[in-house]
Amino acid sequence: MFIKMIPEIGHFALIIALLMAAVQAVMPLAGAATRRPLWMAYGQPMAVGQFVFIAIAYACLTASYMLDDFSVANVANNSNSLLPWYYKFSAVWGNHEGSVLLWSFMLAGWGCAASLFTGNLPRDMVARVMGVMGMVCVGFLLFILMTSNPFERLLPGMPQDGADLNPLLQDFGLVVHPPMLYMGYVGFSVVFAFAIAALMGGRLDAAWTRWARPWTNLAWAFLTVGIALGSWWAYYELGWGGWWFWDPVENASLLPWLTGTALVHSLAVTEKRGSFKSWTVLLAISTFSLSLMGTFLVRSGVLTSVHAFANDPARGFFILMLLAITVTLSLLVFALRAPRVSHKVGFNWLSRDALLLVNNIFLVIMTVTVLLGTVYPLILDSLGLGKISVGPPYFNTLFVPLTVLMCIFMGLGSVTRWKSMAARDLIRKLWLAGVAALVIGILMPLLYRGEWNLFVSLGIVSALWIVLPMVRDVFDKTRHASSFLAGVRKLSLAYWGMVLGHVGVAVTIVGVTVVSNYNIERNVRMSPGTTVEVAGYQFTMTELTERRGANFLADTSILQVQRGDSGSSFTMRPEKRLYLATGMPMTQVALRPGLFRDLYVAMGENLGDGSWAMRVQYKPFVRWLWLGALLMAFGGVLAVLDKRYRRTASTREAPKVASQDDSTQNSAREATA
Amino acid sequence: MALMRTMAALLLLVIAFGAAAGGIELREFDDPVMEKRYHDLTASMRCPLCENQAINDSDAPISADMRERVYQLLQDGQSDIEIINHMVQRFGEYILYNPRLESRTYLLWGLPIALVLLGAMVVVLMIRARRNASAKALSAEERQRIDALTNRKGSS
Amino acid sequence: MKRRLLLLLLPVCFLALALFFYQGLSLDPSQRDSALMAREFPTFEASTLRDENRRVDQTLLKGEVTLVNVWGEWCPACKQEMPQLLELADNDIRMVGVNYRDTREKGMQFLSEFGDPFEVNIFDPEGELGFDLGVYGAPETFLVDADGVIRYHHKGYVSPQDVRERILPEVEKWR
Repeated sequence: MFIKMIPEIGHFALIIALLMAAVQAVMPLAGAATRRPLWMAYGQPMAVGQFVFIAIAYACLTASYMLDDFSVANVANNSNSLLPWYYKFSAVWGNHEGSVLLWSFMLAGWGCAASLFTGNLPRDMVARVMGVMGMVCVGFLLFILMTSNPFERLLPGMPQDGADLNPLLQDFGLVVHPPMLYMGYVGFSVVFAFAIAALMGGRLDAAWTRWARPWTNLAWAFLTVGIALGSWWAYYELGWGGWWFWDPVENASLLPWLTGTALVHSLAVTEKRGSFKSWTVLLAISTFSLSLMGTFLVRSGVLTSVHAFANDPARGFFILMLLAITVTLSLLVFALRAPRVSHKVGFNWLSRDALLLVNNIFLVIMTVTVLLGTVYPLILDSLGLGKISVGPPYFNTLFVPLTVLMCIFMGLGSVTRWKSMAARDLIRKLWLAGVAALVIGILMPLLYRGEWNLFVSLGIVSALWIVLPMVRDVFDKTRHASSFLAGVRKLSLAYWGMVLGHVGVAVTIVGVTVVSNYNIERNVRMSPGTTVEVAGYQFTMTELTERRGANFLADTSILQVQRGDSGSSFTMRPEKRLYLATGMPMTQVALRPGLFRDLYVAMGENLGDGSWAMRVQYKPFVRWLWLGALLMAFGGVLAVLDKRYRRTASTREAPKVASQDDSTQNSAREATA
Repeated sequence: MALMRTMAALLLLVIAFGAAAGGIELREFDDPVMEKRYHDLTASMRCPLCENQAINDSDAPISADMRERVYQLLQDGQSDIEIINHMVQRFGEYILYNPRLESRTYLLWGLPIALVLLGAMVVVLMIRARRNASAKALSAEERQRIDALTNRKGSS
Repeated sequence: MKRRLLLLLLPVCFLALALFFYQGLSLDPSQRDSALMAREFPTFEASTLRDENRRVDQTLLKGEVTLVNVWGEWCPACKQEMPQLLELADNDIRMVGVNYRDTREKGMQFLSEFGDPFEVNIFDPEGELGFDLGVYGAPETFLVDADGVIRYHHKGYVSPQDVRERILPEVEKWR
C-alpha cells in the first residue's frame, strides 16, 4: 500500500520543497533589508529542509524506476523490465523530467552545503546568498511542478511494460556524464548567488572572493570532468571516432566552462590584488547565466541536435522566462549597484595582473565566438534571412588560432610576478624553456612521422610552452630547500593546483594535435579469413557470429589483432545490435584503448555475401585529450583543498601578508642571489 | 529456438537494408589527395534530413546519395568549389557547415576578429591607465614617507 | 553616470538575445525553402512508370501550371496524402508524379491501391531527378508554372488544410 503511494509521496515532497524554497527566497532577503536577524536566520534551515525534501522526491522517482512501476508515465516512457538495474538507476536522468529533478536536487544540495559552510561571513551577506539561491530553486521547482512533473501517472490503463531506454543511452556514459555535468552547471550558482549578494549589500571587498574561490574551483572541476566524459562517451558510442562536433548541445556546456575558467582566474586577481572587482562579479553572473542558457537551448527545441531532449515549446517558453528573468534582473542589479569608483590598483605591462587580464580577454572572445556560431542560424532565421548552418569548419577556424595565441600568454603568465616584473628577469627565467619548446616542437613531427607538419609543430610548441616555464618555476622555488622533496612540500596545494591545471591543458592540446593530424582510418571489406593491416597492426577476422544480450540481438565479428610480426596479440569484438523493444539498430564499437594509441573498429553494413564493411581506425594519443581534462579537474580540486581555506578566523587575516604568494618571496630571494 | 531464428533473420534484414552505419562504405581511391578531398568535403556537408550530422557520418539514404555524387564529381575532375556549388544548387546553403562569407554572415565572421582587435586595445588602454595610477600613488607615498622622516628627524 | 548607461547595455543586449530565442520557439528548424525557388525545373530524361518505352524530359512541365509530387511506395505519408492529391486533381490541376526510388512493380501497386491522380508518372528508381530537385525525403510537392519555373515547394505531408490555405491559392496565383 505504501509502495503504491511512492510517486504521490514524491510529488508531495516536491511541493513542500517549493514552499520551503519560497520562504528561503523571501525571508532572508527581507531580513537583510530590514535588519531583522530572526528573518535572516531562516535561510539555513530552509536550505537544509528543501534539500531533504527534494532528496525524498528524487528517491521516490528512483524507487519507481527500480521497482518497475509503469503506472508512472516517466518510468513507462523511459524504462523497461529487461533493463539492467544500473541503467534503470541512470534512466532517471536519461529523460527531460528526471534530469530537471536531478538538477534541482543538486541545486538544493549545493545550497545546503553553502548554508552550512558560511564561516565568518557577515550574517546579512549569508542571508542574501540564501535568498538568491532560494529564488533560483523556486524557479526550477515551479518549472518541474507546472510543466515537467515526473510523477504523472498513467492510471487506470497502465502499460504492461515500458518503452525502454534509448539504446544509445544504455551505456556507462549515461551513469557518469550527466551527474558530473550538472554538478558543474549547478555549482556555479553558489558564486552567482555570492556575486548578487555582494552587489546588493554594496560590499565588494576581498572577503567574498576568498569565500567563493573554493566553491568556484570545485564547480569548475566538476564541469571539466562532465564535458570530458561527454566527449569520451560520444567517441566510443557513436561509432565514427570523433570526440567533438561543435554541436549546439556540446557548445552549451563549453560556454559556461570558458567563462568559468575566466572566473577562476579573475577571482585570483581580485582576492590577491583587490582589482577587477566588478569584472569578477560580471563573470560570476555570466557563468551561471550561460548554464541556464544551456538548459534552455537543450530542452526547448530551438536548436537542432542529436543530443537534445524531446522538444516541447511550452516548456521552452517557461525556461526562457526563467532565464530571461534571472539574467535580466542580475544584470540590472549589476548595472545599478556595481561600484562607481574603483580604486585603480596599479600594475605594469609585464605582470601577472596584465597577463591574467589578457587571459580573461581571450576566454571572453572564445565564449562570444562559440555563442555567436551556435545561435547565428537562429538569429538569421528569426530575421527571415534564411536558414544556414554553422559547424565544425567555422569553429575550428576561429577557435584553434585563439587557443594557440592564448597558450603564448599562458606560458608567461604562470611564472610572472604580480604587479611588475623586469623583462630581463623574465627572459632569464624563460629563454631556455622557449628554445626547448621551439626545437622539440619543430622536430617532433619529423621524428614521429618523418615529415614536417606545421599544425603539429604549432600544437606541440604551444603545449611545451605551457609546461616548460612551470618546470623552471618549480625548479626555482625548490632550489634553496634542503631537499627537492622538502621544497615540494613547502609549496602550497593551491600552487600545485595551478600547475596541474595548466599541465592538463597542455596534455589536452597534445592529444588534440596528434589525433587530429595523425589519425589513420580505413574502410575495408572483411569476411572470416580476411586480414587487413593498419598502422602496423594486423586485423584478422576469425569469425562472424550472433548472440543475444539482455535486451538485444547482435551480429558479432571476432577479430584477432596482432601488433607487427611478433608483438602483442589480442581480440576485438565489434557488434551490430538490434534492440528488441524499440527495434533500433546500433553499432557497438570495439575499442582497444592505450596511453599512446587507441584501436577503434566499427561494423558498417552487411554486404550480403558473408562479408561486412568495417571501419578500422588507429587513433594516436586520443586518450591524452581526456587525461588532460582529468588533470585539470584534479588541479581544481587540489586548489580547493589548500589549507588556507581551512584556517580559523583568527589566523585568516595573517596569510595575506606573510603570503602564500610565493612570487614575492621568490623575488626577494632572487634579488639577493 | 524458432523465435531466435526469426529474430536473427529480422536482425540481418534490418541491418542489411536499414542502417549503413555512419557512412561506412567501401570506396576505391587511386589518389590519396582525392581521398583527402572526399573526406574533407563529406565532413563539411550537412545531412539535410538528420539532426545535425555530416553526410560522412549519417545513415540516411540521402546522405549516401550525396556522398556518391561527391565521389562522382571528384572523379569527373571538378574542383572543390564546383562540387560545393553543385550541392548548394540543389539543397541550399543549409547543407554547408562552413558558412559562406556573404552580407548576412559578415557579422558571424567579422565579430570575433573585431573582438580580438578591440581586446588588444582594451588591454593596452587598461595597462596604460594602471601604470599611471601606480606611478602617481607611488609619488604620493614617497612624499608621505619623506614627511614622516623629516618629522621624526625634527622631533628627535 | 556614463558608466551606468554603458552597463545598462548589458541587460539590453541580453533581452535582444532572449527575443531571438522567443522567436526561435515558434520557428521550425526543419521547414526550409527549396533551393530551387524561382529557378527552372532541372533538365532530366527518364521513362514513365506505366510505359517504359515512353521517354519524357523537362519540356513535360511546360505549357501549363503543374503540381509535381515526389512519392514512393515505401513512404507512409505519401499514402496518407493521396486523398488530398486526388482532390487537387479533381480541381482541374495538372498533376505529374515522380516515382522516387521504387521498382515499377511497387509503384504500380501503390497507384492501383491508392488511386492515380497523375497525368503521368516519371520513373526515378535511382533518385537522380529527386537529387537534382533537392529532395531529401518523400513526399515533396513542387508547383511549376507554365514556363517550367518552380514557384512553390511543400515539404512533407499535404493536409486538407494545406490544400485549402496554401496550394490552391498558389496555383491560382501562377495561372
